[in-house]
Order: sequence, then structure tokens, then C-alpha cells
Amino acid sequence: MSELLELTAAQAAERVRAGEVSAGELFELYRERARGDELGAFLWVSDDDPPDTPPDAPLGGVPLAVKDLFCVKGVPSAAASRILEGYRPPYTATAVERLNAAGAPTLGKTNMDEFAMGSSNENSGFRPVLNPWDRERVPGGSSGGSAAAVAAGLAPWAIGTDTGGSIRQPASLCGIVGMKPTYGAVSRYGMIAFASSLDQCGPLTRDVTDAALLFRHMVGRDRCDSTSLEFPEEVRLPKAERLDGLRFGVPPELSGEGVEAGVREVLDRTVKLVEELGGVVEEVGLPHSPHGIAAYYVLAPAEASANLARYDGVRYGPRKGNGDLLSLYEETRAAGFGAEVKRRIMLGTYALSSGYYEAYYGRAQRVRTKIADDFRAAFERVDLILTPTSPTVAFKLGERTADPLAMYLSDYCTVPMPLAGVPAISIPGGLSDGLPVGIQLAGPAFSENRILDAAYALEQAIGFDGSGARV
Amino acid sequence: MIDRDQVLHVARLARLRLDDQEVERMSGELATILDHIDKIGELDLDDVEPTSHVIQVENVLRPDEPRPSLPREDALAQAPDPAEGGFRVPSPGGA
Repeated sequence: MSELLELTAAQAAERVRAGEVSAGELFELYRERARGDELGAFLWVSDDDPPDTPPDAPLGGVPLAVKDLFCVKGVPSAAASRILEGYRPPYTATAVERLNAAGAPTLGKTNMDEFAMGSSNENSGFRPVLNPWDRERVPGGSSGGSAAAVAAGLAPWAIGTDTGGSIRQPASLCGIVGMKPTYGAVSRYGMIAFASSLDQCGPLTRDVTDAALLFRHMVGRDRCDSTSLEFPEEVRLPKAERLDGLRFGVPPELSGEGVEAGVREVLDRTVKLVEELGGVVEEVGLPHSPHGIAAYYVLAPAEASANLARYDGVRYGPRKGNGDLLSLYEETRAAGFGAEVKRRIMLGTYALSSGYYEAYYGRAQRVRTKIADDFRAAFERVDLILTPTSPTVAFKLGERTADPLAMYLSDYCTVPMPLAGVPAISIPGGLSDGLPVGIQLAGPAFSENRILDAAYALEQAIGFDGSGARV
Repeated sequence: MIDRDQVLHVARLARLRLDDQEVERMSGELATILDHIDKIGELDLDDVEPTSHVIQVENVLRPDEPRPSLPREDALAQAPDPAEGGFRVPSPGGA
């Protein structure tokens, strides 16, 4: 194995800048790795000549794996759905364009749950992804391909999207870092829409420094997304060694019932480390967060049912049916969408249908207000909230596929943050029975610098070794 | 709680054709999920404002300046049946 594979992306970028390795060499190395992928992490790998990256480019020519949810001009971009099979968009997502311009060329497109709907990557329209720590287990989802590729060393770094946990939960299950930014921090232009009021893209990386570096080059207002905002300060590379003066709140609602013992142990160890580093830990309530899953599974499917109405066999994707227009729509959608996508479209359409709108959608929007109020109140007392990212370690393939509700509850700890629009990161906290356990840190809107600094200090103290997943 | 007719009605609204097996499975699965969701019915939400957008944003406007848009041939390049500069579909009233 090349010693270059032992480097983080930021370290590899340094080597390129120092002239010790060329960007082209690095691209070829990872292209070979991605082509040899046995985990199902990649859906497409670039055939292009390695791009000519200027030696002073901030991202050093270090290649980037891109979740299939992002449109990339001329490159297959199907959101891992059969209904978009073969689609090659005429434009590139802003986040991808910015990272390419900063010197991170696109290495390939990564597998995911179809339209980002899932927590195990088993809902991909093409094939599941295997967890590099144990190939009988799922990598999490929906950004499972991005997480597995980074963990296994098939890509130096990756981007994904998070609607209810789709960056943080797979990062947790694969033993890497994943951050969901504040809603609006990164443009959603060119990200195939799932639930527009929740969707946000962010980095999946080997360590916290890589996450900060990628994030720094993704943020900012974009005239193509009117919900995007200028980031209020410069995104700094983290270097905190201590947590002196920082107050951490552990909500009992997200760390007690339902959290398995091995995960709880890692959380307890992390709490001790926080205290050793000078931080103060106290209990802080998020009383409405147990209703997060219920609110989320009204709001997200409702928005999805509207967003996915455009897939009807008229403008792109394969067309089915040879009768009238109605049968064209119905047969194209019946053949193109997988079971989970159909379930969510049905759920969302039901929740928005006449007579049920107020009971479901209206109420869920009010629960969302209560959850956001909980966070506001908590952040008056503490600087950061500390929870497990996932109540369990990676589960076995097939274990939750027969029970949609059990699958939905995988996102129990990650769903409240996007409902409140606040940023959160998952970092590896340790292993439980040989499988990674993620620790989540959440902060107020636009507190990414604080989150990254605290995550960095903890990362140094934890000293997690991810080499067990590299193949 | 959600019977076969309701499933078929919603599927029709969503332009999804479901086979018999899917209808049966959907009715059971939606019932389980809705049971969980119904727990939000226990909360007192009478004086709570709904949230549709989490970050406060004022009206976002831009100058009304013409600029080139996606060329027609690029927009049609992915269509299953482009014709005469547009997207061809069968007659809504039947073939």
C-alpha cells in the first residue's frame, strides 16, 4: 500500500504544494483505488485526464468523491435511482464547482440510498454498499458510498448531503468525520432535491482538519439558491488543544433509552475527556426531540412528494407506458422508483391530502418550532450539545429492511438538528466490539468554527485509529 | 387504519401505479408509521406558530437583468422523445 494513502487530504495537499508528489500522481493513485472498489461505494469513476491543478491551489489537487445526488455536467448523476438512469446533467452543482475550482477535481460519483431516502444504503436503485469494517454490515446512509469510500481509503475525501442524518450517521458507522452545516451555509443549487427545507450538503473526511478545509471552500451565498447565505466569518482551520471555558450539554432524551450499551460507554468516556480538557459538562433538556422522528417523517416525505413529481418520463430519464399521458406518468414512476421512495411519496401525499393537511403537516410544522425553541433555550445555557450520533453501531445488511419504522429510528439522534437548522458534526469516539461509534457535537446556527475547534481538540485526545477499515 | 381504497386514492393522487402486493404491503406499513406519527397529536400546540423555514431570511431579490439561459438543445438533450423543439407526449385524452 502506498504511503500516500496514510496521509489525510490536507497532508496530501501539502505534499503537492511542496512539490514532493504531483497532483496527477495522486489522482491516478486514487483512480486505481476507486476502480478496484469491492464495496459498491462508487457508481462512476472519472476517465478524464488528471486535471492540471495549479501548484498553489488551496485544495492541492486532492481528488474528491461526490455523492450521486449532485449534478455534475456531462457525468451520470442519477441520485442512485433507476428513474434517472443515464441522465447526464447540462450543469454542475455550485458546491462541486467551487471545490473543483479550489483544486479538488471530481474523482467519481458515490452510491447512496435512492434520492437520499434511507439509513443503510440498501435503498440504492443499483446496489448496496458494504461497511469496510465488516462487509456483512451496512455503512449507514444515505451518504453510505461517500462514507465507505473515505473510510476504506478509496477516496481522500468526499461530499454528501444530510436531510435527517445522511452525512453524520454513515460517518459514525464508518468511523470517519462528517459535518452537516447550518441550513443555508452551502448552496443547494444542483443538489437533486429531497426535502428542500432540510437538505444541506457537507464534508465526509478522515479527520476534522480535512472537514474544515473542504467546508471553507463550499460556503457562501449563491445567486442560484436564494436560501443560501454569506457565512458570517472566515472558516478557520481548527487548532484548539483545550476546551477550557466551553460548556457542553448532554440531553438525556438523546443519550438514554434506545442507546445501546457499547455506544453509551463511548459517550461516557468522551464526557470524561471533555472534562479532562477543561470543558464543563451538564445535563440539558431537549424535551421535544423524542418527537423529531414523527415530525420529520411528515415534513420530509411531504416535501419529497412535491419535489419528486418532476420525475414523470417527459424531460429526462427512461419512459414507460404506451397508452395515454396518465399511463405514461404512472408506469414510468412505477418502474423507476424503488420501494422506499414509493413509500415516502405515499406518506407525503397522504399527509398533504385534503382533510389531513392540518392534522399532519400543520402539526409537524408546529412540532418543528418546539424543537427549534428547545435548541435556542439549550444554547442559552451551553455552548455545544454532545450526543451519540447513532443509537447503535453498524447493523447487519437486511436487519432492518423489513421494518421501515425501525430503519427510521436509526436517525433518532440526528433528526432534531436539521429540523432546527443548526450545524452538527460526527467524529469517531472509539470502537465497540470492533465497530466505530460516532460522537455528535451540535451548536447554534453558524457556529461551525466553534464546533470544528472542539471536535479537533477531542479528536486529538481520542486518538482514533481508522486504519482498520482501509483495504 | 388506512384501507385499500385509501391507498389506491393516494396512489392515484401521486401518479403511482401499485400492484396488488404493493397495495397490501403499503397499507400495513403506512399504518405502522402513521401510528408513530400520531404521537404528536398528544402535544399541546395550540399557540405555537408553524415553522416552514428555519433561518430568518428577508425577501431575496436580484436586479432584473436579462442573461443567457440554458440553450434549448441542452435542455432537450436528455429527453426520451424530443420533437420540434419541445418534449413530445401522447395525447392526454388517449392514443
